[in-house]
Amino acid sequence: MTINTVKDLLEAEILCGSESLGEEVHSACGSDMMSDVLAYVKDQAVMLTGLVNAQVIRTAEMMDMKCIVFVRSKRPSADMLELAKEHGIAVMTTAKRMYDACGILYSNGLKGNGE
Amino acid sequence: MVNEMAEPLIFHFDVDGDNFTSAGQASVQVKKNLRQLGIDPETIRRVSIAMYEGEINMVIHAKGGEADVIVSDESIEIILKDTGPGIANIEQAMQEGFSTAPDNIRSLGFGAGMGLPNMKRYTDYMQIDSVVGEGTTITMRVNF
Repeated sequence: MTINTVKDLLEAEILCGSESLGEEVHSACGSDMMSDVLAYVKDQAVMLTGLVNAQVIRTAEMMDMKCIVFVRSKRPSADMLELAKEHGIAVMTTAKRMYDACGILYSNGLKGNGE
Repeated sequence: MVNEMAEPLIFHFDVDGDNFTSAGQASVQVKKNLRQLGIDPETIRRVSIAMYEGEINMVIHAKGGEADVIVSDESIEIILKDTGPGIANIEQAMQEGFSTAPDNIRSLGFGAGMGLPNMKRYTDYMQIDSVVGEGTTITMRVNF
């Protein structure tokens, strides 16, 4: 699905990277532990998280991710958005909780294992 | 792969230990430099994740330190050096889930005891030299 579809399904607000809304993503992960993201994730293009700090953006950059979704209406700081823009990562925020947001994307075909 | 390199390229960084927000900046820079050298994306990812974990560790445990990245024809070597408290039991520290990081670090998304195991997982070689009270030097290598 496209990043725009992720945004629509989660009724999310795009905070930066709207130019990449048309890009395709094939897998996602959800975690508040960046150590676990770094350990277990491979080729996931979308990260859903409730954690808000600069290391979320850096972790996504290290993993070559394209999109970060903040759940539970969390909003990153202006500095974090600058960092995301620098790395070409689309950032959005949704009012949905982690479990619901993951479930909606999964049931619409965005899997966790890249298949 | 880097073409016909006569001398290894060395990138040196001072890792600031006072600010968790800026932790990882050296790894981001290394990633940029390796991209410019035209190194393949999978190698870049392995190097940058391993270095990022190491950099975070230096900030959490050792108030920063120094990082050197040496790019040669055969490999990329990452040397992380700090003068922190040292690692008392390296075998224990290498176990997934073992962590001595304080609770406030866990609330920042780290300190799950995955750092050192991740560094080993993403590299072809890893050596930890540590003396309690003096510091730790970690040498990692990713082969081309």
